[in-house]
Amino acid sequence: MFRFSPIKGGIHPDSHKDHTANRDILTSMPIPERLYLPLFQQAGASALPVVGIGDPVLKGQQIAVTGGGLSAHIHAPTSGKLIAIEDIVAPHPSGLPAPAMVLESDGDDLPLEQPSICNPFTRDPEELATEVEQAGIVGLGGAIFPSAVKLRQGRRFEIKTLIINGGECEPYLTTDDRLMQERAEQIVEGARLIQHIIEAYAVIIAVEDNKPNAIAALKKAAAPHGKLRVAVVPSMYPMGSAKQLIQAVTGEEVPAGMRSNDVGILVHNVATAYAIQQALCFKRPLTSRVVTVGGSCIASPHNVEALFGTPISHLIEYCGGLKREPARLIMGGPMMGQTLPSINTPVMKGTSAILALSPEEVNEKSPDPCIRCSRCVSACPMGLVPLEMAKHVKADSFDGAQTYGLRDCILCGSCSYVCPSHIPLVNYFEYAKGELKNQRTAAQKLAYTQQLTKAREERIEKEAAAKKAAKSKKRRSRDRSASKSTPSSTPSETSSSEPTAENDS
Amino acid sequence: MFTSTIVLSLLGVGLGGLLGLAAKVFSVGEENPLVEDIEGMLPGSNCGQCGFPGCKPAAEAIVDGSADLTCCPPGGKALVSSLAEHLGMDPSTIGEPAAPSLAYIKESLCTGCTRCFKVCPTDAIVGANKQIHSVIGSACTGCGKCKDACPEDCISLEPETVDLDSWHWPKPQWA
Amino acid sequence: MKTTADLLMAAAPHAHDKSSVDRIMLHVCLALSPVTAWGFYLFGWPAIILWTITCLSAVASEAFCLWLRGYKINRVSDASALLTGWLLALSLPPWAPWWIGVGGSALAIIVGKHLYGGIGQNIFNPAMLARVALLVSFPVQMTTWIYVEPISHIPAPDLVTSLSIIFSDGGEYLSSTNQLTDGVTGATILGELKTAYTAHTVAEVSSTHFQWWPALTGITKGSMGETSEILILIGAAWLLLLRIISWHIPVSIIATIAMISLLFHVGDPDRYASPILHLTSGGLLFTAFFIATDYVTSPSSPFGKILFGCGTALVMFAIRSWGGFPEGAGFAVLFMNALTPLIDRYCKPRAYGRDFKGKARKLLKNARKVI
Repeated sequence: MFRFSPIKGGIHPDSHKDHTANRDILTSMPIPERLYLPLFQQAGASALPVVGIGDPVLKGQQIAVTGGGLSAHIHAPTSGKLIAIEDIVAPHPSGLPAPAMVLESDGDDLPLEQPSICNPFTRDPEELATEVEQAGIVGLGGAIFPSAVKLRQGRRFEIKTLIINGGECEPYLTTDDRLMQERAEQIVEGARLIQHIIEAYAVIIAVEDNKPNAIAALKKAAAPHGKLRVAVVPSMYPMGSAKQLIQAVTGEEVPAGMRSNDVGILVHNVATAYAIQQALCFKRPLTSRVVTVGGSCIASPHNVEALFGTPISHLIEYCGGLKREPARLIMGGPMMGQTLPSINTPVMKGTSAILALSPEEVNEKSPDPCIRCSRCVSACPMGLVPLEMAKHVKADSFDGAQTYGLRDCILCGSCSYVCPSHIPLVNYFEYAKGELKNQRTAAQKLAYTQQLTKAREERIEKEAAAKKAAKSKKRRSRDRSASKSTPSSTPSETSSSEPTAENDS
Repeated sequence: MFTSTIVLSLLGVGLGGLLGLAAKVFSVGEENPLVEDIEGMLPGSNCGQCGFPGCKPAAEAIVDGSADLTCCPPGGKALVSSLAEHLGMDPSTIGEPAAPSLAYIKESLCTGCTRCFKVCPTDAIVGANKQIHSVIGSACTGCGKCKDACPEDCISLEPETVDLDSWHWPKPQWA
Repeated sequence: MKTTADLLMAAAPHAHDKSSVDRIMLHVCLALSPVTAWGFYLFGWPAIILWTITCLSAVASEAFCLWLRGYKINRVSDASALLTGWLLALSLPPWAPWWIGVGGSALAIIVGKHLYGGIGQNIFNPAMLARVALLVSFPVQMTTWIYVEPISHIPAPDLVTSLSIIFSDGGEYLSSTNQLTDGVTGATILGELKTAYTAHTVAEVSSTHFQWWPALTGITKGSMGETSEILILIGAAWLLLLRIISWHIPVSIIATIAMISLLFHVGDPDRYASPILHLTSGGLLFTAFFIATDYVTSPSSPFGKILFGCGTALVMFAIRSWGGFPEGAGFAVLFMNALTPLIDRYCKPRAYGRDFKGKARKLLKNARKVI
């Protein structure tokens, strides 16, 4: 009851990890006939296609480029032909259509010729950051934030500690766990490469204490490298959230509204470290990832290394299919994952898991009124008051919700998980956050259009003034010439010159 | 008796004078300053979707109460709440404005006459003479002036659609 | 494989612990059962009958209100009304007449709960509201405390007599036992103290009336909830273990009472009772663990809870020492209930990355260095 905890709040959900944690990652899944690559699979802007329909592509070839700012390149996961760019059902709970590139595999899996590369540790960090961008790497822990952007931000600050996040706290998920067990050396090398790029002083790989095999593997791999330390953190949810992990490892809090850079810390996921290592040492762009296929409705739960664009139905079939009809199909973990509208949606860069959950696992009930038990308050890792926030959102008082911390909410779901009344607290907060975001967008548009209107009015005034000035000048000169020669000037002549002036505008 | 009469009369005269002075010093001119404030908050595109000839008449109508705070579709919810705040009203008691719409040009019918972009108050239509015109969504307020100006009747106003970026979970519904 | 058109689209999270409102309420009832059973043994059949009547009428009132308000009647299964009735029954004199139980329950549920909007909406603790209303309306019935007559003893009333005690005046039994013993009813220790306080004989009264064993086991006059402190602590430990209640409110109540009574007792032992007596007598522990911890009417933040507990203890001590009633638990809880919204407003927990005022934390000097 009074157990010491390095973070505020938090919960201890059933881990459900034992099904997959001790099984090897399946790496030889057959390549599906068609791959569907949504253009919108990273935080920020959609990517822009750079190959035409009907063009042949090779594995690892860039097929869409960053949409500018926050975005990432997309590469062909296998060789074949681009057959269409069309709307598919987005792997998103809205079920809205989203444009995707459809790649038909030729079955040969021919890679793009890559130039041989030298030891990345001897190269310029800025160059390496560019290479990470070229490889289309995004944060694989769930935030899908473009890694190169994060690395460049890190370069602009003095980073004391680089934390490699192995605190995979979502129930069911074992992708990072397996990756750490099987590919510890690559992860350590990736961590050292990130350290090299951002010139961090120290590297800490933080792993939850429920992954003893991963800790052992990492410690062994890290032994030759002095500055690299493996830290064991208590396993609880949401330990894998960057802010909470920073608190657990360093004891520091990232001040509200700031990034971890500001306190001299940068957090990267272990899977991202692995992807960066692959990109910098072998020039392999990000075209696949490890996905946990789990939940009690899956016949044979496993971790599968899946190509991006693989339809989820293929993945489930590869894992023995469905034992029973699931209540919910989820992309990501059960705490923060999103329901999928269809089984035909593809795997994306941010797909850490596909879970087919039974009604018992979801344990959904219709909500009762709030009894103010304040379990949500003690569960909240951010120290907020979810019950008051929900009360305000229910009355559409977003300002009120913000005074109780809506802005700081990380949507981790701890409050909803413990609520005895089964109130969909996170649903309220997602609604409020979405509504506030749309309001902000609308206000920005309003300001923009106001500015445009004003600019136009000014321009019209200026034009009118210029026209008037030109007219009076002409009249004056004509008057002058008329007074010199013939006094017969017709108004039709003046009007004939007007259309040209108008066309110029 | 005498003293109290004197005191009360002096008090009356003094306070009356103060009131008179205050009326002079703090007088509100012909135009209600609130109208100006509100006009500044409105889009200023004089689109007429509110049913008034422009943003200034709309601001006057909002101030004297003959128009709702929700009368301006381009302003959206954000405008409603900022208006409500400015006027000291509770935003939750005010309804939602009509969904903002955007202008769409049917490219197959457009002759490139340039009339629509000449009337667009926000310069949201691009194109040139004898070239197909196109609407920049992020600048269009959906005022419909282009629609009225189009001789080919090829412009339509469509309500803004929800995309992946603007979609969010709806409010949970339960008692 | 079927298409998944009927997959449920719902916001995260897609997992939930086993908790539910009725589980919580039933666990509290379970925690109350040792002390209740002991009370049944001590006060016999009349106590059992009164408890049954009170609980039943609370559930009936709840069902009636739900029906009136157009909700599904099966909502009574959340057991919140049962708990309210139970708590009320434990705070009544064990031999009170039936209409005290029925009227109290109806008052608690209808006025104390549903007039405010039902579960989760009430400002005041329904059970305490009813108890206090009964106390000021029917002071005689509410302060007629009987001596302990364990159910197995010969002079204890049997079932039939008990029915007559609860449903009529039970005069025959009461007057006959009156002749046998030295009277069945009398004042509680706190009642004696109240008289002693004005006579400046607190120390003397305490030493003559207060004994350790009866205080801890509850073989003494009082309501059922005021009996055995040991059994109350067992129930409380259960609730704390299951994290149904947090330690903040009970600990702050007990600590505050202990400290303040020690302070006054040391200053003037003739007027103020010792902390031991305060802690073991009356409904202090019962209030601290079961009444003040009511979710709906207590603050939600840890610091707010501590403040709430301290306030309750102070008011309770003031009423016990200087007020017009021997026991102030009910009034103290109601008073702090009224302050709960205020406490909640000003005692928000400190958010991550912010200070207590809600402003973003400042960076330490040299923490940020832009290269």
